Amino acid sequence: MTLTETQLTKSIDARGMACPGPLLALIGAIRQGQIGDTFEVISSDAGSRTDIPAWVAKAKHEIVGVLEEPGFARFIVRKAR
Amino acid sequence: MPARVVVLGGGVGGTLVANLIAKELGREAAVTVVDGTGMHIYQPGFLYVALDQANALWLARDERTLLRKEVALVVDQATRIDPVAQTVTLARSGSLAFDYLVVATGSRLDRSAVPGYGDTHDFYSVEGALRLREELRRFKGGRIVLGVAGIPYKCPPAPVEFVLMTEEYLRKRGIREKSSVTLLSPLNRAFTIESASKLVQPIFDQRGIGLGTFFNVESVDAEKRTVSSIEGETAEYDLLVLVPPHKGSAVVIDSGLGDAGGWMPTDRSTLAHKEYQRIFAIGDATDLPISKSGSTAHFEAPIVASRIASFVRGTAPRVAYGGRVMCFLETGGGRATSLRFDYTHPPAPPKPSRLWHWAKWVFNRAYWVTVPQGRIG
Repeated sequence: MTLTETQLTKSIDARGMACPGPLLALIGAIRQGQIGDTFEVISSDAGSRTDIPAWVAKAKHEIVGVLEEPGFARFIVRKAR
Repeated sequence: MPARVVVLGGGVGGTLVANLIAKELGREAAVTVVDGTGMHIYQPGFLYVALDQANALWLARDERTLLRKEVALVVDQATRIDPVAQTVTLARSGSLAFDYLVVATGSRLDRSAVPGYGDTHDFYSVEGALRLREELRRFKGGRIVLGVAGIPYKCPPAPVEFVLMTEEYLRKRGIREKSSVTLLSPLNRAFTIESASKLVQPIFDQRGIGLGTFFNVESVDAEKRTVSSIEGETAEYDLLVLVPPHKGSAVVIDSGLGDAGGWMPTDRSTLAHKEYQRIFAIGDATDLPISKSGSTAHFEAPIVASRIASFVRGTAPRVAYGGRVMCFLETGGGRATSLRFDYTHPPAPPKPSRLWHWAKWVFNRAYWVTVPQGRIG
């Protein structure tokens, strides 16, 4: 299965949403989700490239992949615990 | 026959959207606001009440006095929305049919979602703010810790404002030397917006305010006086203040119109429900990953009012929501900054100054005679 075929539990379009921002939207979704759920966060914020992987590592979830698109990126994260 | 517009919720968004539709459409619309209490609460005041800077009487007004006279007010709980039959069922007074529905039901606090929450303090309700005020008055020194127990939560800057104002409060009480103040941030910095965080961090350093990062509160152990995070860390406290978990309204959940958190799937530009074009959501009720704040509702309401007016008149809607939000951030010491942004313009907060603090003070005081009536854009 390729990255683009990953079955998403939920996709969150956080483009241009500076406050509270893409990472908080992801944390909120993961808190509500079940183990194994996969979430996509779409972010146009350059800071997400460091913030999102840093939190995912700290909270021991899993980055399935990051898809770069013009002007934004899609972060696909699996809730691992 | 006038178009029947029903608005659920008499907060900032619901009150403003009802007044704007009634003003715009006059006899072309019959506007009804349904609110469970009939009291309008000015929530930004909670923080000032908790820190003994304002009287709680300032927080509430009778919703009826804030609505235009041609807007009907029904004080009752909406229990069910039928999006197909276009009716809203009420707990006591039957049901209301609508041509257009605006869901402005805000958010509910769900303290029970945190194991051990018990009588932990918060400033997210009138009762909570008053109880925290008493606790702070009795406080003689120790470790004050502020944590965030759920996302999304109302007013993203509130935790930062709380620790800055609390540190100042302790100094005024002469017990700063015997105390510590720590913010447990859900993120890897003090505040969500990086540019604002860069303004705030030096103030934290200068005033000796502690910062824990990537700390999303999971549970509390009141006996051991510890709070634990979903990331697997633990912090000790003497006085714990938490931002409680928030959920969407029961009527949205019970009607099957919300996601797992009870937030309504909403188009980021039209603010219409993703499936039902005659149902709109504003303010906290939406599932948009945008600030849950009065300011957001304030800027969304005119868009929804204008779009509904266009539909009623059979013309094409001329406006869409561009993500505009504006809010103040108190930095203590009589200074504040402002955060203004939209979907395409990230915030560039000015250096904290007395001017912004003064602007926030004026806005807070003038709220009752400006915002609900749409006198301030």
